[in-house]
Parts: sequence; C-alpha cells; structure tokens
Amino acid sequence: MYRYDEFDRKFLEERVAQYRDQVRRRLAGQLSEDEFRSLRLMNGLYLQLHAYMLRISIPYGTLSSAQLRGLAYVARRWDKGYGHFTTRQNIQYHWIKLEDTPDILAHLATVQLHGIQTSGNSFRNITTDAFAGAAADEIEDPRPYGEIVRQWSALHPEFSFLPRKFKIVLNAAPDDRAAVKIHDLGLNLRRNEKGELGFEVLAGGGLGRTPILAQTVRDFVPRREVLAYITACLRVYNQYGRRDNLFKSRVKILVQSLGIEKYRQEVEAEYAAMGVERDELDLPDEVVAAMQAQFAAPAYPDASGDEAELNQACAAEPDFARWVKYNVKPHKVAGHAIVVVSLKQPGKITGDCSASQMELLAELADKLSFGEIRITHDQNMVLPHVRKAALYDLWLRLGAADLATPNIGLASDIICCPGMDYCSLATARSIPISQALATNLAKREEEIGPLQIKISGCINACGHHHVGHIGILGLEKNGAESYQITVGGSDNEHAALGGIVGPAVAAHEVTATVDRLIEVYLRLRRDGEQFPDTYRRVGLAPFKEALVVAR
Amino acid sequence: MSDPVFKLVTGNRLRDGKVVYFAGADAWTPTIAKARLVEERDGAALLAEAQAGPPPHPAVAPTLIEATRDGERVVPVTLRERIRAGGPTIAYSGD
Repeated sequence: MYRYDEFDRKFLEERVAQYRDQVRRRLAGQLSEDEFRSLRLMNGLYLQLHAYMLRISIPYGTLSSAQLRGLAYVARRWDKGYGHFTTRQNIQYHWIKLEDTPDILAHLATVQLHGIQTSGNSFRNITTDAFAGAAADEIEDPRPYGEIVRQWSALHPEFSFLPRKFKIVLNAAPDDRAAVKIHDLGLNLRRNEKGELGFEVLAGGGLGRTPILAQTVRDFVPRREVLAYITACLRVYNQYGRRDNLFKSRVKILVQSLGIEKYRQEVEAEYAAMGVERDELDLPDEVVAAMQAQFAAPAYPDASGDEAELNQACAAEPDFARWVKYNVKPHKVAGHAIVVVSLKQPGKITGDCSASQMELLAELADKLSFGEIRITHDQNMVLPHVRKAALYDLWLRLGAADLATPNIGLASDIICCPGMDYCSLATARSIPISQALATNLAKREEEIGPLQIKISGCINACGHHHVGHIGILGLEKNGAESYQITVGGSDNEHAALGGIVGPAVAAHEVTATVDRLIEVYLRLRRDGEQFPDTYRRVGLAPFKEALVVAR
Repeated sequence: MSDPVFKLVTGNRLRDGKVVYFAGADAWTPTIAKARLVEERDGAALLAEAQAGPPPHPAVAPTLIEATRDGERVVPVTLRERIRAGGPTIAYSGD
C-alpha cells in the first residue's frame, strides 16, 4: 500500500489546522453559513437531514488494518457506532457534530485518511476493482496507477474549478468489476499487439438524471503518455463543459452533445498541441516501478496443499460450502482466495458496518490477509489474500459477527443508497425497500441465481439503479413515495442501461412487482442465461406485459 | 374537512446539526411540539423573526415548513419533515 511521505503528512497536518481555524471562526460567528459551506464541503462535511455527514475518501477502495481501526474509532467515539460504505468505495458517517470535526480529521490524518475532494466540482475518489492485486485474471495491479492519478489530480491547480465533479475509474482485468462505463473517465489497462502496456481511455459516462455510458476516446494510450492524454481530455471538458446549467455540466453531456468523434478530435488536437508539456507529464518506467514497489505483493506462503483441506471442509459442512461458493473468489496465487465479506445480511442496512465489525475485520486482516481490506462499489468488504486452509475458521469468526451471509452476487446482495432516511437530496426512502426485498428474496435466491438489484432514493442515482438487472428509483409523487422500476441494466463490460417497465408503483407494491419480474425471467430464461442475457434476447415487452396483466 | 395547516420554522443546530424548531423569542428547541405555530399568512413574519439575531445564528438554514396538529402532537405535512422530526424509520447499525 502507498504510505504517505513527509510532504503528504505535512500537507495534511496543515490542512487540518486550517480547517480547525475555519470551524472556530464559524462557531464564533465570524463566518456565515454561505461563507463556510464551501470550506466544509472541501473537507467532506455535508449537512443532511438529522446531522452533519462526514465523507472520508478511501483511495481505490484499499484500506490497511490500521486505517480500518481508525475508521472504527471515529464511528465509536464521534458517531453512533457505525459507518456506511458507499458505491464510491468511500465511508460516510451520518451523525457528526460540527464542533467535533477538526478532532475527527486530525485523528484520521494519523492513519493517512481525509475527506478532501469528497465533494465539490473536483476530482472525486479514484475507484478501481476491489480485487486489485489479487485477482486471478488481472493484467497488473491497477492501484499503483490509481495512486499516480490520485497524486496528479489532488488539488490540481488547472482543474480546481471544473464545471462539475469528475470521477475517474481504473480497471485492469478483462472482467469489469469497477463499473468503468458509468464514470466520467475510465482507464482500462491492456496490452497492445506488441505486448506493451497502455490504457483504453473512455469518457462521458455517468448516471443521475441523464444516464449515459462512457465511450472509447482512444483504444490504446501508451502507459507513459497516460497523464498527458487525460490532461487533454480534461482540458477539453474544462473549456467546453457547461457551467451555465447544473444539469448539463457533466462531461457526459459534453460528449453527447459534441458526439464522440468531435470530442475525440478536440482531445487529439489538444494533445498534439501540448508540446513540451507532454514531456513534463511523461510517466517513465522508473516512476511506475517506484510506485509499484509501494504496492508490492505480500510474501505468500506455499499454500499449494490447502485445496484438499478446503474441499474436505466443504464436504463436511454444507453451509460453509455455500459461503465458499458465493463469497470466495479466485486468487492469482495458488492456495489463496479472495474473500468477499457481505454487508448485506437480509433485514440489515446495506453498506452499514458497526465499529466492532470494523475492528474484527481489522484483526482478521492482520491475521489472515496481510493487513489489507478492500471496499467494493457494491458496498461489501474484501479480505484479498486469505489462505484456503484458513477459510473455515474465518467463516466461523465472520458468522459470529453477522458478516458471513452467503449472498454475493445474489438477489439479497442489493446496492442501496441511504435514501430519505438520511439524505437531504432524496425524494423517497430506499433502505426499507431494500430490506423488504432482501428478506423476501433470500429464501429462494439460489434458485434465481445471480441477480443485481440496485436502489436509489432520488434521481441522482447513488444506488446505480440504471445499471441494475432490476433497478428501483424512489420518487415523490403527489406527496407520497413511489418507485419507478427498470430491468435489463448491467454495470460490467457489457454495460447497459435498464428500460422502464411501467408506471411507478407505491412502496407496498415494490416487492410483489419485483417478484413478477423475476417470475418472467425464470419462465423465459434458457440454460445458463443470467438476467441481462435473457433481457437482451426477449426485450422489455414480456416484463411490461406481466405488470400490465397484474394491474 | 381537512385539518388546518400551520407554519413553523425548522433548521439544523449549528454546532451539531441536530434538527431544531423555532420556539419564538430567540429560542430553538429539538421538540417539535414546542415549536411556535402560526397561520399561513403569518409565516413570512415568523421566518424573518427566526432568521434575526446576531451571528452566530444558532440554526443553519431556517426554513418554513407546514404541519398539522393532532391533539398535542405537531405533525409535519411532508414525509421528509416527518422523518426529520422523528428520526430515520430504520434501526441504527451501531454496536
């Protein structure tokens, strides 16, 4: 993992001191709310329905055990004993007092965490595959590039007043586990026909009120040119992005209005004109190698004999075997596994994690996963490097803390934003809908097979509903909550936006409506087809029809 | 006949963000039943009174909302404000 150097540490200490003085002046009445709002937002502090909300950035979703303990400490001491992991691989605390925030940020700085650029029209947290550095199918660990891009983008003077927020994602495997096409800018690590490393650069993706999937700007940008090339991408957006209309200000609208061809021409023209600047932004191999050294693979023991032990344990304990089937993923090193820790126990709240659960995971990470933890954009957690022979004991420890629900990728593994129970932007609740659906579907989710349900409590789409196999959008209609349902979305390498199945339904009708949609899928699916496959083959009509008949 | 709708002023307390209601005479209370309620025509004057005072103002973003009375209870008209008044409709995930 990347460790702060002296410059990083000093910068963060100075930033906390600066913020502490800003809070002092606000509480003393020397700053009005209008003057203070942007200052607190620059440090991740929002004001929501019941309290202040503090959002902390988790770069590329990677945490050390010390950092997770730091997050647990904040939850226990300054919040109500829990935190909420988000679809941006961040954490947010929903019960924060303004007067405590300087001490909270000072504490987090000691474990190299902060809330900078978790708000505002800036580069947001760089996200990537939660299995990075461990996945059996990856080309290379994308996190060193994530850290390079993070350092390039942090407080970038030229891009500190972008038209709107800007989200960059990295992926380094053929399987897209990072939802690349719903980001403003996507970087897919790949090799060209000569075996050289570089990036496919995509731009113009995003959800919200106008969902659009990113398109390829250039198939292959050599690795050492990537910072210069994305600088050109940003410059075109910075120059032409709509600052006059909040709803048209994201780069997706620019790419859509220009067309990808024209946007590409503009980027290439800018790139060609950069001249000597391209040399300044050059990314030589030795710089990459130095960063890769910070993310060096752990010293894996020889675990080649673990497979037999695991198979025996699975044969003896069906519940364990079920957990292994759904929550344990292939690791690139023999005898090891990636473990996804579900934060989706049916009836509980998606993405929420108590302080004691965080502390347990930190302890287990130290004992079993080289002190590393990841946060997924699906709002689960990951222990990335576990010996297979340790899985059974791990399962027992997780189970005792409600963290061993065997549902990864299944119907109860629902993405869900906080909705109107917490969020000041929300137009409807999402958590109770998620709880009802998960409880209802859990009993037959193995029969249903892989299914992604995603719920947002407003049009801003933090719950990624447009790309859910079944997506649910909470709206307010004549003073009551109503839910618009889509089917056929997908967030992987075959990304697609879902189609609306009919008029919005009331809260109490959502569970039955989703049941009907699943029945259509089960009736029409052919062997091996997952929900998006069936949807692509049969289209929207049978799903719409089933709801019309039901009405 | 529907219940009469009153106006009251709410905001979030500056130092901790807690939901508070204007009780009149420069006072803010976390208890909605203690909020000062006025008829619609007096709403603007109530908001002006709630916004007055030297800095730091105790509440962030004072806002006029609607509520009805149910006996001793004061019930906001919108679900959003009912959730602000009563807290999340789901359990906390803390230890």
